[in-house]
Amino acid sequence: MTTTAPRAVGRPLARIEGPAKVTGTARYAVEYPLEDVAYAWVVQSPVPRGTLTSVVVDPTAEADDVLAVLWHGNAPRLEQPDDPELAVLQSERISYRGQAVALVVARTLEAARRAAQVVRLEIDVEPHDALLREDHPELYTPEEVDPDSPAVTQTGDVEAAFAAAPVTVDVRYATPALHNNPMEPHATTALWTGGDLVLHDSNQHPPGVAAAVGAVFGLGAERVHVITEHVGGGFGSKGTARPNAVLAAMAARVADRPVRLALTRQAMFSMVGYRTPTLQRIRLAADRDGTLTAIDHQAVEQTSRIFEYAEQTTVVSRHMYASANRRTGHHLVRLDMPTPRWMRAPGEAPGSVGLECAMDELAAELGMDPIELRIRNEPRAEPESGVPFTSRNYLACLREGAQRFGWEGRDPRPRRRREGSWWIGTGVAGATYPSSVMPSVARVRREPDGAVEVSIAAADLGTGARTILTQIAADELRLPPERVRVRIGDSTLPRASVAGGSSGSASWGWAVTGACRELRDSGRDEATFDTTELVERQDTEGKHAYGAHFAEVRVDADSGEVRVSRLFGMYAAGRILNPRTARSQFIGGMTMGMGMALHEEGVLDPAMGEWVNHDFAGYHVPVHADVEWIDAAWLDEADDDLNPMGSKGIGEIGIVGSPAAIVNAVWHATGVRVRDLPVRLDKLLPQI
Amino acid sequence: MKTFAYTPATDVESALAACTEGATFLAGGTNLVDLMKLGVATPDALVDINRLPLRDVTELPGGGLRIGAGVRNSDLAAHPLVRRDCPVLSQALLAGASGQLRNMATTGGNLLQRTRCAYFMDMTKPCNKHAPGSGCPAREGDHRNLAILGASEHCIATHPSDMAVALAALDATVRITGPAGERGVPVTELHRLPGDTPQDDTVLRPGELITAVDLPPLSFARVSAYRKARDRASFAFAVGSVAAAVAAEDGVVTDVRLAFGAVAHRPWRAYAAEQALRGRPATRQEFLAAADAELAAAVCLRDNAYKVPLIRNLVSATLARLTGEGA
Repeated sequence: MTTTAPRAVGRPLARIEGPAKVTGTARYAVEYPLEDVAYAWVVQSPVPRGTLTSVVVDPTAEADDVLAVLWHGNAPRLEQPDDPELAVLQSERISYRGQAVALVVARTLEAARRAAQVVRLEIDVEPHDALLREDHPELYTPEEVDPDSPAVTQTGDVEAAFAAAPVTVDVRYATPALHNNPMEPHATTALWTGGDLVLHDSNQHPPGVAAAVGAVFGLGAERVHVITEHVGGGFGSKGTARPNAVLAAMAARVADRPVRLALTRQAMFSMVGYRTPTLQRIRLAADRDGTLTAIDHQAVEQTSRIFEYAEQTTVVSRHMYASANRRTGHHLVRLDMPTPRWMRAPGEAPGSVGLECAMDELAAELGMDPIELRIRNEPRAEPESGVPFTSRNYLACLREGAQRFGWEGRDPRPRRRREGSWWIGTGVAGATYPSSVMPSVARVRREPDGAVEVSIAAADLGTGARTILTQIAADELRLPPERVRVRIGDSTLPRASVAGGSSGSASWGWAVTGACRELRDSGRDEATFDTTELVERQDTEGKHAYGAHFAEVRVDADSGEVRVSRLFGMYAAGRILNPRTARSQFIGGMTMGMGMALHEEGVLDPAMGEWVNHDFAGYHVPVHADVEWIDAAWLDEADDDLNPMGSKGIGEIGIVGSPAAIVNAVWHATGVRVRDLPVRLDKLLPQI
Repeated sequence: MKTFAYTPATDVESALAACTEGATFLAGGTNLVDLMKLGVATPDALVDINRLPLRDVTELPGGGLRIGAGVRNSDLAAHPLVRRDCPVLSQALLAGASGQLRNMATTGGNLLQRTRCAYFMDMTKPCNKHAPGSGCPAREGDHRNLAILGASEHCIATHPSDMAVALAALDATVRITGPAGERGVPVTELHRLPGDTPQDDTVLRPGELITAVDLPPLSFARVSAYRKARDRASFAFAVGSVAAAVAAEDGVVTDVRLAFGAVAHRPWRAYAAEQALRGRPATRQEFLAAADAELAAAVCLRDNAYKVPLIRNLVSATLARLTGEGA
């Protein structure tokens, strides 16, 4: 039975789970009511490097309530995981400060915490090295950078181009360690039923977590049931299983009862990944008319002793602008520090600080409008690969965005506009993010009441995934959205790809579309569709979303305080499936970009081997008062070479380029180039 | 957190009686509860003073205000007499924390909040304040927002309160009751400089309770302001702040009160700057010279030297605005 309905895709449907969230009935990982539940508290290493020889438990501390204190001396043995971070409490080796070295399991949360605070660790401490520097003797070039790109590329003769160029820019930009701080911390409730494991876990990929946690306990993924109904944000840090999931499962086995484990905010700064600090050197060579003749973008980054994560910082410079000569590279050093991981737009976010700020510096050098400079370097096909773009409306974003923002008539000279104590300036930067898709499976079933159930093991991080999948299915089946019930957030549902890389909607939406079409065409009551073959057949090159960010800032001449008066993003990101949730994604990314430009920094104490500002009082993310005026708009674009919806991912592009637009605006306001982020008053004050 | 006893008190007498060794008073709890979770504060008992009759702002005979120690920051900031007679205090309160925190935080508790130095807040790190004799890693480590005035080799912590900076400028007196009776301490002398005993924040003796803060009449405090510089627009501790009240006649400063925040272990009353300014022309140049007179004593570390020009500029800008001179 089908009824006709107006198209749902493209309409601003409210989040389906919105009422449950705002009324507090939506359950997160450690909120499920359970009988006889115990609580686990992680004891973290207080030193960055050494050997843990013993854990001494105070027998008087919360003795009535403590059920177990686990460490490598007594913890159950695990199978060797693919990700060494999941081999928790298996080794005496301490590889970074904040690493989980023991776990207290107790009847109450307070008792677990107190007992963990008074556990005594006996450690043979070794000298450590926590400081990233450009001249580090142990720098090396990895084979690949995230996810699977070459670390180094070169076309043409870069040095000859620099030697011949009439105008060059050679600058160093630094971005600090940045920390994923979703509202819901990494958290797990674990219980064993028979020999099988149930995890209520906050993550971005229930099937992946089931497989990874199952593997360390010697279980097939089918014997681990991961339930992830609601997730309070992830930003990449929940893309793979984190130590909390394994620790909770281990504790539940030892304590023989359900165990809840939620990381503290402080623990999240070391235990769940972060964005590596980057030291970038970017050189641009150009003719007097602004034509780029060479781009050379090199990045120095860190990883940990136990896992190589290589951020793809300079990959953005491989395809953003045309240039006959080009060189990009990544250089890593292993430090006694936690392992960096994905954080919203890994690579593109820090890399476009270097590229888009350097473009601004080149424009100033040439006396040219920075938008015009970008227009003059528009490639005809994707540089390096030579593959035509499936769609690229970057220039349209720059032009349309400039018009809406009010760019015309801007005096390009810095330090010209003063109102009271404020210096005022504007800046622009480009944005791009790859449009990728990953294999997924969806199942659609007709219910006796005429509704349709759509099932896929996807995760909704608060982005609106559940809602847009409902819209997609409704349209394919010509049903009103109210008649579609989407089940996600459960690893036992058909296999979905990770909610990451801005690929969720494209990947899951494709599978849902396929299943709905099959249901429709077959006339049966159930259909399942697997996109694996279709996805693997696709060429991955030449597929990107684009945007342009515009910022107006004011800088207080007395204090050096920076405020963003206006922040605007103009995007060309395929068909927008739901304007309400899309706007939220865009302005959320832009706000996070503001944090990257002005506020956020993991402040390293090299002697401690730790970021010392590991809470929300010390690690500043933008608050409402920082966001004075923000807006996002998009061009009417549909790219049917990507997926049946014609959509591109939008979760990350907002943080790409928005930091550079703000940094460029600060220069325009004050005439001061701050090249190490965040741009704070202590860096500006001596120069304004 | 460590298990503790809990005693709600309903009057000052019973609160004092309940505050035996190992006990501490609980007011708004906006700082203490955090410190207890972190293991920095480990009281055996909490004496809840929220029900004490200390919630009123009253006019003192002869002028001035008595502010009950239990008056919430939000209520004090909104009080009509505070807004009229000493806007600097209202502004300082509203510059602090967030709306939710101001609704809980009290006048007495705000004065007694502890430094937010990252090392102090982390029991896995050395800190002479939480573990006397263990050292001060902030001197070599993260001290961007730590003290430039009155610090010692043992401690460079700053007092985090905005409110206290305004009270210091207003010559406020803290009313204290304890086992040995009542006394009054100028707010400028409530907090100690760290010296070689940085574990002691204040001159309060064991078992003593702040009951009120008295504001003396200060006619020119109606021309006053609080200027706070911070790393984001709201919900951030000051990186530098200035509380100022000024009286000027015919372009000459006749009297002035100045205090600085986020520069020392206590709200820093800038006596030297005040002295340098009295009787001087109300010009930017004189304001800067006055600030320099105070900041000559500054001792900066690797990453906090910016506070000197910051405070200097804030003094000048704030006084210029208040006097309408030399904008």
